[in-house]
Amino acid sequence: MKPVLELNQLQVSLHSRKQNHELVKGVTFSVMQGECLGILGESGSGKSMSMKAAMGILDKNFLVSGSAKFLGEELIGKSSEELRGLRGGKIGMVLQNPITCFDPLYRIGNQISETFMAHRKWGAKEIRERSIAMLNKMKIRNPEEVLEKYPHQLSGGMLQRIMIGIATSMKPSLLIADEPTTAIDAITQFEILNELVDIKKNYKVAMIFISHDLNAISRVADRIVVLNQGTVVDQGDFHHIIHHATDPYTRLLIEKRTDVMRRYKLALQGGV
Amino acid sequence: MKRYVIRRLLLAIPLLFAISFICFMFINLIPSNPAEVALRVQQMPVITEEAIAEMEEMLGLNKPFFVRYLDWLVGCLQGDFGISYVNPARTVAGEILRSLPATLQLAGASFVIVIVLSIPIGFLCAIYKDGWFDRIMRGAVFVTTAMPPYWVGLLLMWAIGVKLGWLPTNGNGTWQHLILPAFTVGLSYISTYIRLIRNNMLENMKQDYVLYANVRGLPQKSIWVKHVLKNSMHTCIVAMGMSIPQLISGTIVVENVFSWPGLGTLCISSIFNRDYPVIQTYVLLIGVLFVVFNLVFDILQTVSDPRLRKEN
Repeated sequence: MKPVLELNQLQVSLHSRKQNHELVKGVTFSVMQGECLGILGESGSGKSMSMKAAMGILDKNFLVSGSAKFLGEELIGKSSEELRGLRGGKIGMVLQNPITCFDPLYRIGNQISETFMAHRKWGAKEIRERSIAMLNKMKIRNPEEVLEKYPHQLSGGMLQRIMIGIATSMKPSLLIADEPTTAIDAITQFEILNELVDIKKNYKVAMIFISHDLNAISRVADRIVVLNQGTVVDQGDFHHIIHHATDPYTRLLIEKRTDVMRRYKLALQGGV
Repeated sequence: MKRYVIRRLLLAIPLLFAISFICFMFINLIPSNPAEVALRVQQMPVITEEAIAEMEEMLGLNKPFFVRYLDWLVGCLQGDFGISYVNPARTVAGEILRSLPATLQLAGASFVIVIVLSIPIGFLCAIYKDGWFDRIMRGAVFVTTAMPPYWVGLLLMWAIGVKLGWLPTNGNGTWQHLILPAFTVGLSYISTYIRLIRNNMLENMKQDYVLYANVRGLPQKSIWVKHVLKNSMHTCIVAMGMSIPQLISGTIVVENVFSWPGLGTLCISSIFNRDYPVIQTYVLLIGVLFVVFNLVFDILQTVSDPRLRKEN
């Protein structure tokens, strides 16, 4: 079986004033259908940069080389219009700041329908029906009213769910979640993670979950790739990462987590 | 929303009173006797003390300062702005109304030129940032901001009017007469707004909602026009609205350069003739225009922004 997304020696560098800053230094990994790959790494490690490079949404100042194949098709070097057609269609993406990701001047319904219109030739009535069906699927109450709301009138959790709904409504082969739980509170985080686990089960989609939160990653990812300073430093399932990680930053994350878990268990057992 | 509008309207009232007082006070501080100047303008052969006293009596100049201010204010509120000192047969309102259409025509044409040129150029500069068009425009913006309008007016008259003979250099009547002065008045605003729109758009392009629009695969044109331009224009609305009274008052010098028979020319000749009521009314009119346009465009911005608009 072919992988849905396959990165091979992907490199990104920032070109400015005759100086080259290498930000991603040859990253290789792949993700299969029905699988969720977690990308773990601290901020600046290149995790989200490498995905943005493959999707073609980096600024012109960034130089991208290497290979990124989507269903066997090379993405690097494709025209920006071809990539635009893939994004939001075959490749869905969820970003980290739901509150700032929607245009403040347009109603939610308008922003959902413009996405649908960019990818399908649906009439106004069908768009409305599908928008409502999508909001229902995302367990949003009063979908008719929500369509008439402006982004600032909805909560971060709701907007995040709408983002996931938009990303999945075109039946994508690949869903990229870029730190989807960083900007929202703990309870909403829990619900959003459940939503992603459900999508993985029900849609047979390949999923990439980018985060620096080991707990969040461990709940959804089948396999984890650890990035540090633009290179892959560890790779394997959660168990493997916990016990065999060699990279110091990964170890730090693991130690913090086990420390928290130990205290939590102590507290549960009635300790101090 | 209703409460906001009412509050803003009420706050404008004391501001207008303050403007009227300040412009009355400053003009009355001018160190020359308007009665004497009026007599001289009316070509009185020998100006005697009695003649001045008689003129002061006639113009009400012998009353105390505050009484004169109150008289004037009450008159203004009733739409009576007094009579011209220089030519007592004419009312100030009549003088202003006679010159107003020409100035409005000039300012209106300037405003249209400003909008029609600055929005597309600013937009193109932003989307082709650092390209040849952007570089040329940035240079042009830099140069035109630094040039005083009366000098630009003279240059244009010389180059386009005299050397090329394409357009008339002074007077008014046809649309050809309008082009040079309107462009001269608007030039510095064109460059200001090109820069404003360009920088606003570049700032907006860095926002998350543009990244997310790209992530959703929206067409490039729609991202630029529907999202980035609209959000940028939104912050420019107040600045653009405020340019209308600025354009009206900005015609004062350019009108004289092009001998345009508008408010500016009237104001300058009134200043030379110490015709206080006309100057006072002109300054008051401009002040009121600033307050009114500021109010209107603040309210417009509030209405057009869903985040500021409170829906009950």
